[in-house]
Amino acid sequence: MSLIAAWGLTKRFGDFTAVDGIDFEVERGEVFGFLGPNGAGKSSTMRMIGCVSDPSGGALRILGMDPSREGTKIRTRLGVVPQQDNLDEELSVAENLYVYGRYFDLPRSVLRPRIAELLDFVQLTERANDHVEPLSGGMKRRLTIARALISEPEVLLLDEPTTGLDPQARHVVWERLWTLKRRGVTQVLTTHYMDEAEQLCDRLVVMDRGKIVAEGSPRQLIERYSTREVVELRTHDQVTVLTDALRRLGERADGYSGDPLYERAEELPDRVLLYTDHGERVVAHLGEVKPESVLVRRSTLEDVFLHLTGRSLVD
Amino acid sequence: MAPAPVIPSPKLAVEYWLLTYRRNWKGSLLTSFLSPILFLAAMGLGLGSLVDAEVGSGRDLGGLDYLDFLAPGLLAGNAMMLAVNESTYPVLGGFKWYRTYVAMAASPLRSRDILLGHFTYMAFRVTLASFVFLGVMAAFGAVSSPLAVLAPICAALCGMAFATPTAAFVATRINADNFSTYTRFVIMPMFLFSGIFYPVSQLPIVLEQIAWLTPVWHGVRMCRALSTGTGVNWELAGHLAYLVALILIGTLLASRTFTRRLYE
Repeated sequence: MSLIAAWGLTKRFGDFTAVDGIDFEVERGEVFGFLGPNGAGKSSTMRMIGCVSDPSGGALRILGMDPSREGTKIRTRLGVVPQQDNLDEELSVAENLYVYGRYFDLPRSVLRPRIAELLDFVQLTERANDHVEPLSGGMKRRLTIARALISEPEVLLLDEPTTGLDPQARHVVWERLWTLKRRGVTQVLTTHYMDEAEQLCDRLVVMDRGKIVAEGSPRQLIERYSTREVVELRTHDQVTVLTDALRRLGERADGYSGDPLYERAEELPDRVLLYTDHGERVVAHLGEVKPESVLVRRSTLEDVFLHLTGRSLVD
Repeated sequence: MAPAPVIPSPKLAVEYWLLTYRRNWKGSLLTSFLSPILFLAAMGLGLGSLVDAEVGSGRDLGGLDYLDFLAPGLLAGNAMMLAVNESTYPVLGGFKWYRTYVAMAASPLRSRDILLGHFTYMAFRVTLASFVFLGVMAAFGAVSSPLAVLAPICAALCGMAFATPTAAFVATRINADNFSTYTRFVIMPMFLFSGIFYPVSQLPIVLEQIAWLTPVWHGVRMCRALSTGTGVNWELAGHLAYLVALILIGTLLASRTFTRRLYE
């Protein structure tokens, strides 16, 4: 049985529909992601899963229970890493863990060894007695993750776990989340970073404007909605100069073999993306198309999102 | 393996507030000492000597020296001020800046545990400060009845009659814009016109009747009766009932506004 299941889950704020009838299931032990731009409805969905926001419609089952009637019981078994840090900056690192553990009515005898273990896990043992306020953003995030683990939750909810962190700090957080995954902790996360979704998620749904537009593993999604490779043509001029040249090229290429040179083109303000399984072949035939730079790369979830919605994930 | 069920309770939330109190109890206790010392010295001794000479002890003060009259009034007024402080910025902070309530809401704690936990802590703070106040009053010789030991409890009730509806209101605010208006034009007038510094019978009848409605007037009357041992009668039960009713109404209102804010 799935740990979390939703059917037609909806959240409305007045006239605005933040989550518009979504279906999903999260299985035990997997890392499940909601990928989408800001405002896609990810955080509203997370708040409903976290039992701090009642659904306006549809059904939601968490650990086999109904969140609107058994919110307290469910929350006992969840660990939540909110988007906005809410650590107590006046208390010490260890006190933050202690006091949060007390909300779960865990006795001191249980908390003391667990705090030591968790501080070790998030590499903050040396900072145990320091105030939280001067810690770096990455350290605070790790502490928030440790805090969410204090009750040994069955599901860890992470709302944009690395937003606002520098690249190095992100990698440390990812590495910790990987370790948790290997230990079998079920994780549900939201992100608007396609690299984060690719790195962490076994399975994800792509959300846009409150709806789920695609579902699968990162690999499946790329196979289904994109090509193996992408040729990026960048220009300082009007992008139409490139697209005009490409159109002439395309007509000719079709004339030669009947095979289009590339499957699909996406036009962005400063570049054109050509979707193909053979990037180098396209580059070899560019001829009179003269961009400032050419880059062949493999497809990512960013391309999936662009294809599904016609927009970029991060603007 | 299902974990042992957690029974959420306000007690678990109170622990958080007590932990933060442990961080700054020295400063807060010092304030609790200094504030009555300043007020009683300046107004009780300084102003009081003039009043006593002029009025001839107690024509309108019910036979009391000005210091004895003023001190229990300030006890109640001080509790009101402290309770208002504790129920404005810290409450909005719980939702907005420190997000303490938000962190608690993700745990098994329910809205009412979060709210009652914070109210319990506020009551603790105000009671403690009021007992310190009583100690300073005694040192100034402004206590003349053993019943005075009950006065800090009444002062704390008076404070909570302000704190609970104030917190209910604050939970509906997006920012702190109105707080200083509230303190300046709602709380401060009550401090000045509710019988702390002079009997409300000195006021025009309309203002006097308004004063009767303010919780602080009821608190002042109770504290004064207990600390001086005069006028200890059934009137006190009425004051007590009024304050308790306000606390209950404030708590009910806060329960609604907190729940709406936390689970919006």
